[in-house]
Amino acid sequence: MVKDKAPLPKKTGVHGVTMQPGLNSKLHAYLDAHAHALFSSLGRLTRAPAAFMMTVLVLAISMALSSSFYLMVKNFQQLTGNVEATNQISVFLKATVTAAKASALQEQLKLDPLVESVQLITPEQALAEFTANSGYGEAVNTLEQNPLPTVLLVLPKNALEDERGVQTLQSQLESLPEVDLAKSELQWVKRLRAIISLAKRTVFLLSLLFGFAVLLIIGNTIRLELQSRREEVQITQLVGATHAFIRRPFLYTGFWLGFLASIAAWFIVTVFLLFLRQPVQQLSEQYTGQFNLVFLDYAETLSLIGIASALGVLGAWWVLSSQLQALKPV
Amino acid sequence: MLKFDHVSKRYEGGDAILDINFHLQPGEMVFLTGHSGAGKSTVLKLAAAIEQPTHGQIQLDGQNLSKLTEAQIPYLRRKMGLIFQDYKLLQDRTVFDNVALPMIVAGYSYQDIAKRVRAALDKVALLGKEHKYPHALSGGEQQRVGIARAVVNKPALILADEPTGNLDPELSTEIMRLFTQFTQVGVTILIATHDIDLINRMGQRVIKLHQGRLVKE
Ligand SMILES: Nc1ncnc2c1ncn2[C@@H]1O[C@H](COP(=O)(O)OP(=O)(O)O)[C@@H](O)[C@H]1O
Ligand SMILES: [Mg+2]
Repeated sequence: MVKDKAPLPKKTGVHGVTMQPGLNSKLHAYLDAHAHALFSSLGRLTRAPAAFMMTVLVLAISMALSSSFYLMVKNFQQLTGNVEATNQISVFLKATVTAAKASALQEQLKLDPLVESVQLITPEQALAEFTANSGYGEAVNTLEQNPLPTVLLVLPKNALEDERGVQTLQSQLESLPEVDLAKSELQWVKRLRAIISLAKRTVFLLSLLFGFAVLLIIGNTIRLELQSRREEVQITQLVGATHAFIRRPFLYTGFWLGFLASIAAWFIVTVFLLFLRQPVQQLSEQYTGQFNLVFLDYAETLSLIGIASALGVLGAWWVLSSQLQALKPV
Repeated sequence: MLKFDHVSKRYEGGDAILDINFHLQPGEMVFLTGHSGAGKSTVLKLAAAIEQPTHGQIQLDGQNLSKLTEAQIPYLRRKMGLIFQDYKLLQDRTVFDNVALPMIVAGYSYQDIAKRVRAALDKVALLGKEHKYPHALSGGEQQRVGIARAVVNKPALILADEPTGNLDPELSTEIMRLFTQFTQVGVTILIATHDIDLINRMGQRVIKLHQGRLVKE
């Protein structure tokens, strides 16, 4: 905020005392004026509670929407987080391959320079795991023979950096006579990553759009407020108010709108997530059980409030700088 | 203190004032008179930098008003007390807050403000009404609130537009006595009025306007 400064030479008053207040008391008065503007602007807002609530709610909904999109992506991102570690090639062996041959192949593959490690999963292990985890244990027990193939889990070296290497390895593995199918998980990880980066960019653009909406709504609210207080502004200028003084209460109004709306938005988002929590939990249990719904953390909550308050002040400033000139007293 | 040097002001409808010259000395009390539409309010608005002259120079306290920047005008206004024909009070503020406004704007502390506001209200005989709102006051009382607001900052120059328009003769005399007291400590006062009786009673310097021209000093 522009600090008051006196460009005119200080004059001694006609009564022989200085007309300017002392520096110390001036500082006090300056802080008083800020505190007063802070609370009186809030008081003024609450004097028209319906309009005030509606504005705050519209703002809060905009902010809640962009926060929700953000959280959606953030939650979704957890999936790739869990996936990165399993960036391996699943090599399904033909049914004719014996257990001995399978372990021989495992040892052989371990020597390959492209391979980091190889894990052997026998059909029995796979079936046991499936029975334990899938919830279809009963059904499995009725099977006459194990339908599952022997699987070698091959973890390539530098799996994430060297996509070409992984692909070469995958086709090498597939061409082995014992191998039925070699499936790289990288492909869908890549797709998922691409989708997430697309979603992130979309969220960014949407947030810009919603931020702009917030700016416009606050700007318009301030503009209306300025119009309804036009006379007051003019009179205040006539008794020697600087632009900084005139601006102050309106900037605080913008601040309050942004601040209160962000708090409301936080509640909206939190209530949303609480509603979603249980179904997400159930869904998660159907799979690995590793997925937890994430909320806005402290830093994100603070940035929501900070950005919203700043947008409020900015929206007010923007309108004031264009409108104050037109409000010169006549 | 205040000097008009070949000042003209043209509005779209024509010249409001034309080639006006006068010079007020510190501590002087001067009446600006003339019929309605003669240009009295225009002179005061020019002196307060509310309007800019079309031609000519206005010097206030050694400062050329046309050379002031936008940012300097508030500090100029703090040196003067303006009294308006239509009072220009804030309807949603109490009498106290209205009178305090120039001091709040200038950044005085609350203690200073309370003391000075009371003193100013005392001078216009409104001390008991400080918590009332303007709409609860008569025209004359509102006028006096405007006067109290104009003097609360101890200005060096008072510009008054029909300050006694809504006051009965006794109150007018009271206000004029107050103004006279101010001139004794060096305050310069320019009063626009068409109240010939008042002017005659006061026996001060008179500037007469007719259709925007200065016809008699
Ligand atoms: N803002 C304005 N726009 C156009 N004409 C104006 C304006 N203000 C004053 N005038 C004209 O200027 C002339 C002088 O007006 P004013 O100074 O108000 O006279 P007084 O105060 O002596 O009655 C009048 O003819 C009036 O119509
Ligand atoms: Mg007039």
